Amino acid sequence: MIRLFVPRDSFALALDADAVAARITAEARERKLDIVVVRNGSRGLAFLEPLVEVDTPMGRMAYGPVTVADVASLFEAKFHEGGKHPLAHGRTDAIPFLKNQQRLTFARCGLTDPLSLADYQAHGGFAGLAAALKKSPADIVAEVTASGLRGRGGAGFPTGIKWQTVLNAAEPEKYICCNADEGDSGTFADRMLMEGDPFLLIEGMTIAGLAAGAREGFLYIRSEYPQAIATMVRACELAQAAGFLGQSIQGTNHSFSLHVRTGAGAYICGEETAMLESLEGKRGMVRAKPPIPALEGLFGKPTIINNVLSFAAVPDILARGGAAYQALGLGRSRGTLPFQLAGNVKQGGLVELAFGPSLRSLINDFGGGTASGRPIRAVQVGGPLGAYLPEAALDTPLDYEAFAGASAMLGHGGVVVFDDTVDMGLQARFAMEFCAVESCGKCTPCRIGAQRGVEVIDRLRASENPAANLALLKDLCQTMTDASLCAMGGLTPMPVLSALSHFPEDFQPAAKAAE
Amino acid sequence: MTLLTEKDFGTPPAQSTKLVTLEIDGHTVTVPEGTSIMRAAMELGTQIPKLCATDMVKPFGSCRLCIVEIEGRKGTPASCTTPVAEGIKVKTQSDRLLQLRRGVMELYISDHPLDCLTCASNGDCELQDMAGAVGLREVRYGFEGKNHIAARNTDSSVNASYKPKDTTNPYFTFDPAKCIVCLRCVRACEEVQGTFALTVDGRGFDGQIAAGMDEGFLASECVSCGACVQACPTATLMENTVIARGQPEHTVLTTCAYCGVGCSFKAEMRGDEVIRMVPWKDGGANEGHSCVKGRFAWGYASHKDRITTPMIRERITDPWREVTWDEAIAHAASRFKAIQAKYGKGAIGGITSSRCTNEEVFAVQKMVRAAFGVNNVDTCARVCHSPTGYGLSKTFGTSAGTQNFKSVDKADVIMVVGASPTDGHPVFASRLKKRIRQGARLIVIDPRATGMVRSPHVEAVHHLALLPGTNVAVINALAHVILTEGLENKAFIAERCDTAEFARWADFISDPRHAPEAVQDITRVPAAELRAAARLYATAGNGAIYYGLGVTEHSQGTTMVMGLANLAMLTGNIGREGVGVNPLRGQNNVQGSCDMGSFPHELSGYRHISDPSVRGLFERDWNVTLDSDPGLRIPNMLAAAVDGSFKGLFVQGEDIAQSDPNTQHVTAGLAAMDCVVVQDLFLNETAAYAHVFLPGTSFLEKDGTFTNAERRINRVRPVMAPKTGKHEWQAVAELASAMGYAMAYSSAAEIMDEIARLTPGFARVSFKMLDERGSVQWPCNDAAPDGTPIMHVKGFVRGKGRFMLTDYVATPERATGRFPLILTTGRTLTQYNVGAQTRRTGNVAWHPEDILEIHPHDAELRGISEGQLVSLSSRVGQTTLRAHITEGIPVGVVYTTFHHPVTGANVITTDYSDWATNCPEYKVTAVQVGLTNAASDWQNQWTEHRAASTRREARRQ
Repeated sequence: MIRLFVPRDSFALALDADAVAARITAEARERKLDIVVVRNGSRGLAFLEPLVEVDTPMGRMAYGPVTVADVASLFEAKFHEGGKHPLAHGRTDAIPFLKNQQRLTFARCGLTDPLSLADYQAHGGFAGLAAALKKSPADIVAEVTASGLRGRGGAGFPTGIKWQTVLNAAEPEKYICCNADEGDSGTFADRMLMEGDPFLLIEGMTIAGLAAGAREGFLYIRSEYPQAIATMVRACELAQAAGFLGQSIQGTNHSFSLHVRTGAGAYICGEETAMLESLEGKRGMVRAKPPIPALEGLFGKPTIINNVLSFAAVPDILARGGAAYQALGLGRSRGTLPFQLAGNVKQGGLVELAFGPSLRSLINDFGGGTASGRPIRAVQVGGPLGAYLPEAALDTPLDYEAFAGASAMLGHGGVVVFDDTVDMGLQARFAMEFCAVESCGKCTPCRIGAQRGVEVIDRLRASENPAANLALLKDLCQTMTDASLCAMGGLTPMPVLSALSHFPEDFQPAAKAAE
Repeated sequence: MTLLTEKDFGTPPAQSTKLVTLEIDGHTVTVPEGTSIMRAAMELGTQIPKLCATDMVKPFGSCRLCIVEIEGRKGTPASCTTPVAEGIKVKTQSDRLLQLRRGVMELYISDHPLDCLTCASNGDCELQDMAGAVGLREVRYGFEGKNHIAARNTDSSVNASYKPKDTTNPYFTFDPAKCIVCLRCVRACEEVQGTFALTVDGRGFDGQIAAGMDEGFLASECVSCGACVQACPTATLMENTVIARGQPEHTVLTTCAYCGVGCSFKAEMRGDEVIRMVPWKDGGANEGHSCVKGRFAWGYASHKDRITTPMIRERITDPWREVTWDEAIAHAASRFKAIQAKYGKGAIGGITSSRCTNEEVFAVQKMVRAAFGVNNVDTCARVCHSPTGYGLSKTFGTSAGTQNFKSVDKADVIMVVGASPTDGHPVFASRLKKRIRQGARLIVIDPRATGMVRSPHVEAVHHLALLPGTNVAVINALAHVILTEGLENKAFIAERCDTAEFARWADFISDPRHAPEAVQDITRVPAAELRAAARLYATAGNGAIYYGLGVTEHSQGTTMVMGLANLAMLTGNIGREGVGVNPLRGQNNVQGSCDMGSFPHELSGYRHISDPSVRGLFERDWNVTLDSDPGLRIPNMLAAAVDGSFKGLFVQGEDIAQSDPNTQHVTAGLAAMDCVVVQDLFLNETAAYAHVFLPGTSFLEKDGTFTNAERRINRVRPVMAPKTGKHEWQAVAELASAMGYAMAYSSAAEIMDEIARLTPGFARVSFKMLDERGSVQWPCNDAAPDGTPIMHVKGFVRGKGRFMLTDYVATPERATGRFPLILTTGRTLTQYNVGAQTRRTGNVAWHPEDILEIHPHDAELRGISEGQLVSLSSRVGQTTLRAHITEGIPVGVVYTTFHHPVTGANVITTDYSDWATNCPEYKVTAVQVGLTNAASDWQNQWTEHRAASTRREARRQ
C-alpha cells in the first residue's frame, strides 16, 4: 500500500487540494493501485502548495504545486514510487527552505494526519504532558521560566512570569485562554498549527491548566478560520474520548476541559482583554489594565492568556527540558520563532528559526527575494501595526530587542515584503484607515484619531499646507502613541511614522512629480 | 441658596480598611487601598481632567484626559484606572501631559457641534469645562472631516454618520450629534440601574450609542430611570425641562413622595419653578439613583386638574362651590358637630394617609382623638402592610423591617416573596440586582414571573410559582425541610429565642402534613423545588428576606409574616448585616403613618390606647381626656355607615373609593354619610362622595418628614409655598380648633418636637438634627443616638424571639365552576397606586390603561386573542379591560393593576380580609374572563356619576 499526502491546510485547500486529492484517488482506482491518501497539515512551503508527498523507501518525496490537470502525468511518471516529474522536488526534508529551518513548534506539522492521535503519539506527542503530570505546578512553571519563552502573540512578555502570577493567585477558580484571533496581515502560523497539529495546542493548554490549577480552558478562534475551528473542535472531541481532556486526565486526579469559541470578525478581539469581553459574551472592547488578566481575567478570575504559538512551544519545553529550548536564540530572545513570509516574495511560507539571523537572510535565503524580481523597498514586520523597514535596515537581527532598537517590532513574526513600486504614503494612510475601521471605539485617540489621521494624510498628499499638516500628523501620532488605551491605537503610528521617516518623499506626491 | 454641585470623585470609593499613603503633586494623601489615583487626588481637592469617569460607575479609561505621570514608571497611565500604591509620587500636571490632553480634546472637538451658546448644557457641560481646563485654543483638523454633527456634508451630500435626535421618551431627548461616546450612559444603565438597555452600535469612529436594538428609547427595554441622563457629561442625554426652560439656579434637598424606598432628591429650581429632580448621591436610601417616577413624574403637582381652593356642597349631586378656607373649615366643623350631636361621638372618624408627612399624619390622628374625642382613626396601611406591623411585633417585638437597604450588599441568598421590586421599588431592585450580579443567589416566591425572575445577568435559582393563596403552605414547607433535615441554627435559637415556644413550634412544624410532598398539590410547587430552595436559604450564608403585598394582602397575611419571621429565626438570619426580614413598603410613608399612631388601637410608637400610663402621657401633653377603647377600622367604619350608625369621615389624601376592595361596598358606605371631608390634590374617586374638599399640598410644597421602609426618617422640604395658601397640618389644626379643641402649631418642626417628646423611638429626632445628618433610622434616642440601621443586633426588642404557630388555612375564596380563575392584583413600574399622580404625567406613555394578563392556555380556552376586550367578573362585580396573553402568569391565574379608575379593578375584589388586621385579600379573587365588546354596567355608571359628581359652579366674578 502506498501512502500519499495531500494537505488539508487552508493554503492547499484554497488552491484546490480537495479536487487534487479526489483526482488522485480516482486515478489510482482506475489504475488499480493500492494507495491511501492522508490529508496532512501543511509543511509550510506555501509556494509549493498543494504540495503532494509520497512515502517511499527513499523518504517522503515532494511534488508541487499540483493541479488536477497534473495528476494523470504524475501517475504516468510513477510519482507514487518517487518517479521523476517536472513538479518533483526530491525529498521534502531536503528542500532548502525546509532543511535550513530549526523546527521545534512546527516539527510535526505536515508530517502527520492532524486528527490521528496515534500519529501524534508516534511522533512524540503527549511526552510534554506526561512529564508535566509528574511535576508539581511550581515545577512546571519553573521549567517554562527556565526556557526563556516569551509571549509569541507579539508583546514578548515572559511566559513563566505570567504563569507564576496566575499560580500565585489565591482564587480557587482560574482559566486558561488561548488567543487564536490571528488577525495580523501576513500571518498564518496559528492557523497552520491548529489545522496541522491541533493536539499540540491541546497539550500545551492542558499543561498550562496543570501549572496554574485551572480546570477549564477556552480557545478563541477568529471566524475567518473555519477549517481551524472544525479541526480544533474535532481534535478536542478525540482528545476527550481518549482521556487527554476532561475528568481525570490519563487516570490522574487532574481535570481540564477545553472549549472552542468563535470570534465575530473583530480585529480588536486579538487584544487580550477585548478577547475576554468577547468570550464573556459582551461587545469586544478593550479593558483598562490594571487589573491584569493574570489576576482578574475571564469572568473576573485569574487567567493565563497566551497565543497559540506560546502554548504550542510548551510541550517540547516540558518534554526536553527548559534548558534545551533556552539554548537556542539570541540575547533575551530564546528559542525559536515561526516567521511567516508573505507579500512580494518568491517563496512564501512558514520559516521557524531560532532568533538571531538577519531579516535580509530570512527574505533572501528563504524567500528567494521578491516575486517581481524588482528591488526590495520596504518590509513590514509584525502585522499592520508594525514598522516599515527600509532596505538599509534589513541587516537587523531577528531579535525582540534589536527590532525595538530600530523603532520596529517582531510582533507575531509576520513579514510582508514590498518592492520599489510601493507608495509608502498610501501604506501610511492604510495604517490609519485600518485602525479607524478596526478600533473598538473605546478610547478617543484611537476612535477619532485614526479617522483624522486618514484625513490629514490625504491633505498632505494633496499638498495642502504641507508644513502645518505634517506637524499635525506628528502631534496626532504622539497623542495616539502616548494616550491610547491599548496597543491598537498606541502602535498605529509606528507604520505611519516609519514610513514618514524612511520615505518622506512619498508624502508629497506633487513635489515628487515636479522633480 | 445656590445650586448644589456634588463633588465627583471620578471613581467609586474603595472598600479596603488598609490604608496607603502616596504623594500627589508634592502633597501627601492617605486613602484606602484600591482607591484610584484620580479619587485620591480629589480627596486632596486636586481635579484631574476627566470625561469618561464619574463616581457612580466603575472606571473605564476611555477618554484619556486623566493621564498622569508616576515617578519611576514609564508612560502616562490613566489615573482613573490606576490604583494608588504606597509611596508613589504622582504628577498631575506637566508640559507633556498638557500637550497630550490638548491633543485628545482637539480630537473630541473635531467631532462636536460648536453651538455652545445655544446648547441646553451651556453652563453645565463637562466637555466645555475640559476644553477650558486644557486650554484648547484651536482645532487644526477643521470640521470638514467625517463627523456625526451635521445631517449633510459640506458638499451637501447626505452624511451617513449622522443620526437625528430621539425624542420618543417623554422626559428626555437623545441627541447623538453631541455624543462623545464615553459610555457613561451605557455603564450607568448596566451598573447602576441593571437594565442593560443601552449599547454601542458599530465599531471605531462609527460607534454610536443605541437603545435596545436601535429602536429608540421608548420602544427599547429602557425603564427611563434617568441614570443615563444624569451620567451624561454633555447635552446628548438631556431632560426636556432643561431644554425648554434652561439651567436651574438653586437646589432644595427633599424626599420623593412615591414608593417606600424614600429616595433623596435634589430639586433643582429656578425661582419657585422645578427644573428637574436629580437623585442625591448622599441620600441614605438611594445613594444617587432614581426611577422613572421620582426622577420625572412630578409634573402632576402643577397639573390643570389640581384643586387649590376649598370647596363645599350640600349634597353630592350638587356642583362644587369654591369658598374661603374659613368657610370650608367652619362648614366641616359644624357638620361634624351636628352629626355627633345627633348620632353620638362615635359617628365620625378620620383616615390618615401614607402619602402625607409624619407631621400631617400625627395632626390628623390627634384631631380625631383629641377634637373628635374618639379613636376612630385608621390609615391606608390597613389595606397594605397592617399584617407586617402585627406579625413582626408578635415575633420580634417591633412593627418594622429589620435592615437598612445597604444591608443587601452583604446578603448571600436573597428571598423575594410576593413582591415585584422592579415595578414597585425600582431603586431597591437595582441594588438587589447588583448584588445578584455579584454572585448572591436568588429565590423568588411569586405566582408571576416578575422582573426579578429572569433579566439580563440576573436569574432566580428557584422560582416557586405558587398558586395565589397558598403562601403559608409554602413557608411552612420550607421551615419543615430546614428543621427536619437538621439545617436550623441551633445556637441562635438557644441563645436568642424563647425555647419553650420554639419546642412547641418545632413539634408543630415537623408534622408530616407540612412536608413539601404533602403540600405540593395545594401550592403547585414541586416538592423537590421546595426542598432545594429551603436548603439554599438555610445553608448559603447570609439569608435576607424581602417581601411585599403578595405576603400581606391575604386572609392569612399576618400568618405569612409570622412564617417569614419564623424562618429567619430558625436559620439565625437576624441581627446583623446581610440578613433580616424586610417589608417593602408600598407608599412613601407607610412606615411613618403607622409609627404616628394612625391605628385605632395604638398611639404613636405602637403603644396600646388601653395602657393608662401611655394614655396619661398624651392626655397631659394634649390637655385632654382620651377614650381608652380602640376605635373603628376602615372596614368597620364603612360597614357602620352602610348600617346608618357612622355618618362623618375626614379622609386625608387617600382614595378609598378606588384603592379599597369591593368598590361598590365602599361607595355605598360613603354615599350613606352626611359629611365626607376630603383633603387631596385632586377631585379623586372618594371626592365624588364628599361634601367638603380641602385642597392639599404636593410634596413639593410640604415641610416635614417621611419614614421609608428601612425606618429612615427623611426630610421633605418645600421648594415652593403651598399653592393652596395653607399647609395641610394647618388646615387640620384649624378644623380641630373649630371643633372645640384648641390646636395650634407655628411650624411642622414643632409637631416633630411633640412627636419626639411623646414617642420613645423618636426621642432624639428633630428637624435640626435631620438637617445636620441628612437622615436617621429609628429608634433614635438616648440608647441609640445615631439611630438604628439594623434591628435586634444584641437581642430581640421583645426579649426572646418568639416562634408562632402558622397553620395553613385555605382562603374561603376559591375557584369554582362559575369563577374558575384566580385574579391577583398589583402594580407596574410607571404607574403608582391609584394613579392619581402618575396618570397626570408623561408616564401614561408606558401604561395608558390597565390590562389583564392571562396565560395562553386560559386565553385559548376562551377564544381570547392579544389585545381583545374581555369582561372580568367576580361574585361582587364586573368590569371590562384588554387582555394581554403571557406565559409570565401560571395557568388558572390572571393578573391586573388598579391604576386607572375606569378599570375598577377593585369592583372585582371581595371583602375577605386578614384574620388579624382586616388587610383585604386583594391577591385572591375567584373570577371568570370572557370576550366582550362593551364596558360593564359599573363602568357606564361610573362614567356618568363621575361627570355628575365633579361639576363645579362657574367661578363667580
